[in-house]
Amino acid sequence: MAKIKVLYFASLREQLGYAEDIIDVPQAGFDIQSLITLLGEKKPQVKAVLTETPRLRAALNQTLVSFTTAVKPGDEVAFFPPMTGG
Amino acid sequence: MQHVVVQEAAFDVGHEYTRLAELSDHVGGVSIFVGCVRDTAGDLQSLTLEHYPGMTEKMLQNLSAEAFERFHLAGCTIIHRVGTLGVGSPIVFVGAAAAHRAEALQATAFLIDKLKTGAPFWKCEQFKDGRRVWVEAKAADDEAAAFWS
Repeated sequence: MAKIKVLYFASLREQLGYAEDIIDVPQAGFDIQSLITLLGEKKPQVKAVLTETPRLRAALNQTLVSFTTAVKPGDEVAFFPPMTGG
Repeated sequence: MQHVVVQEAAFDVGHEYTRLAELSDHVGGVSIFVGCVRDTAGDLQSLTLEHYPGMTEKMLQNLSAEAFERFHLAGCTIIHRVGTLGVGSPIVFVGAAAAHRAEALQATAFLIDKLKTGAPFWKCEQFKDGRRVWVEAKAADDEAAAFWS
């Protein structure tokens, strides 16, 4: 097992009431979607927020990625709603 | 010259214009866009901008570099504010200096269109009656960004 840092922003952070999780994940064969599933199993509150956010976005080490992107120990994953800058 | 900043403080449009205009004798045009806090229905108290420190700067620098190359710019400036801003307050400054107007104007439109959906900022509106609402992304913004692809 290895640890991954998970960050939540904007409406996700607000609904959860906190901004960060540290979660143990298997060493290999793990992607963003697997992380969402694992988070959901361990934390029902996170599952609700992630599944109820329309057009959920994910970033891996501060780069936007698809949910099929592999994650590895030490990575930083962030979840957030579509961006609304400008 | 590429100048990218994320900050809470206000920016000085005149100062930023001068920085772009005085870059070189080859600059023939400077285009500027300033986005500010809009109160559509007269009930907005303030707007709070949250961002993802680190990723925000990276994405804005990538956008600046792309515009610089694509539109043959002499200079490019992106300043984006975060924190809580009152109605009418400036939020974002985008400026481009080029030899000719077409490149400067196109670069400015490119930067603001791409920035709205491509950099990790989120807006939350606070209303006078106490409501707080996260601004939802608009399909029109995605279409504007896709135009440049």
